[in-house]
Amino acid sequence: MTNSSLMGDRTSVPRRAGGAAGDAPRPPADSGARRRTLRPRTRSALVTWAFILPAAIYLVVYFGYPVVSNLTMSFQDFTTATFFTGEAPWVGFDNYTAVIASGLFGKLTANTAIFTIVSLTVTFLIGLGLALFFNKYFPLNGVLRSMLLLPWLLPLIISSAVWRRMMEGETGILNVVLEGLGLSGVSWLTDPNIALYSIIIVNIWVGIPFVMVILYGGLQEIPKDYYEAAALDGATGWRSFFSITWPLLRPVVVVVLMLGFIYTIRVLDIILALTGGGPANATETYASRAYHLSFVNFEFGRGAALSNILIVVSLIVAAFQLRANKRASDLAG
Amino acid sequence: MPRALESYSRTAIGIVIVALLLFPVYWMLNTSLQGSENLLETEWFPFELSFQGYQRAIETQLGNLGTSLLISIGSVIVCLAIAAPAAYGLSRTNISTRSIAVFVILLLITQMIPGIVIANGLYPLYNTLGLLNTVPGLILADASHGIPFCILLIRAFMQNIPHSLLEAARIDGASEIRLFLSVVLPLSRNALVTAAVFSFLFAWSDFLFALTLTNGSSVVPITLSMYVFVGAHTQSWAALMATATLASIPAAVLLVVAQKYIASGVTGGAVK
Repeated sequence: MTNSSLMGDRTSVPRRAGGAAGDAPRPPADSGARRRTLRPRTRSALVTWAFILPAAIYLVVYFGYPVVSNLTMSFQDFTTATFFTGEAPWVGFDNYTAVIASGLFGKLTANTAIFTIVSLTVTFLIGLGLALFFNKYFPLNGVLRSMLLLPWLLPLIISSAVWRRMMEGETGILNVVLEGLGLSGVSWLTDPNIALYSIIIVNIWVGIPFVMVILYGGLQEIPKDYYEAAALDGATGWRSFFSITWPLLRPVVVVVLMLGFIYTIRVLDIILALTGGGPANATETYASRAYHLSFVNFEFGRGAALSNILIVVSLIVAAFQLRANKRASDLAG
Repeated sequence: MPRALESYSRTAIGIVIVALLLFPVYWMLNTSLQGSENLLETEWFPFELSFQGYQRAIETQLGNLGTSLLISIGSVIVCLAIAAPAAYGLSRTNISTRSIAVFVILLLITQMIPGIVIANGLYPLYNTLGLLNTVPGLILADASHGIPFCILLIRAFMQNIPHSLLEAARIDGASEIRLFLSVVLPLSRNALVTAAVFSFLFAWSDFLFALTLTNGSSVVPITLSMYVFVGAHTQSWAALMATATLASIPAAVLLVVAQKYIASGVTGGAVK
């Protein structure tokens, strides 16, 4: 992307300043005087950039390059054959039209939207509830809170494998419990009408600790005397939540929702491990479909096109979130 | 005293919440200890304790666990070697604040790029460079999970190092490299440990690059092996859950040993 050009610009600033002083041969006396005024600053700026340089190169290779190559690939007929022949003919917007015109695109969009919105909403509400719960001191508070982090630290593939066992047909513990309660079992992962929600459940479980910890951190920043003052005026419970907690927590809420959105819309591990996008594409999202196009069908051009659509959607929604927040805080004064 | 009663009842509720949310973890342990192959339904407790699952897991998965360990440690080294100097550079005040701001924004933008985009773009590159199915290839790719995060985390810490300390070392004639290695790094120990813990966990959890940048036969991290295992419609849940348990050890150990670093990392990384 712009990484490389931008880095080029930035590094050239100190170099240009140094060049002006050092290019032309100068009388030795002058150079001594210069060294004390201009050179050390330029030199130390160059040192600073030297520290940053390896990271800049890494970012160009591992983020800049893939984004650019994803963009160019999406306009090419890039398949397995390309690796042998080296040929990837330009096809304009063919990959995009093929992806969008395929009968699946509407379903993918709906699945992605439901997965992201339901996951994020429920995770946020539960996470907020837990953060509020843990915001009052009680014995073992710290220990319990850090234990709750475990699901978030486990590799997603492991969590997915465990949930797959728990949701397994007749013998999974969820159905054993349901049947024990006299209810009928659920085909968690094999019923096309249910599978998407089963995956959402797992995703919520994984996301709760993250939301809780960040919101808890935000709650801890709110000075306790605000609540004491409000209590003197008779504001407690819900009243104090909506008048003090929520407005002061808002900046943290915005961060949580934005990060949560970005992390949720791209979820791949859980989907691949639990259902592989099935049954009958019931759990296929933009991310999982992009994977299947590129790495199962080896249609890299189309996979790239769909993953670019994924990026654009994420950016648009993130921008909307930021704008909506700005408007709301403007209104609040 | 009603107040004490209230706080103890909160503890009780807290324990119930934790028990509910950690139930899947219990279930993993429980299933892993019920070894017999033809047992379809898992008992609530491992009454007939069996380590068959672990035996099979170790027989078949030890190599893959080792591969994951190698890749994760390599990835931590790459991550710190790149992130720590960059964080120091970005915490210095002798370049324009604007260019620092641009760099920081670029770091944040990298977090918005879905992994599948990176995998998609890297595959042809790796194919050309011969890095597919190699440990170094995965180490470098896995470091991308951690580098932007670690730079931001370490930088936030280094910004608080008092200038006077650095000036004093400069007056004593320390070179810039020396200053970085023997003053800045030791002072940033906490941030470096946090960064190391997280980059380890990110690399250990990596599934996407393992799936896309290998063919699943020569270099097999444990996540990829679990995925293949789960997909095979296995009935030997004990062995699978034993593998899962073994693969959870790093996260569990780090949560106990490095708890304060993890808590600071979760909040620090998100807010910055």
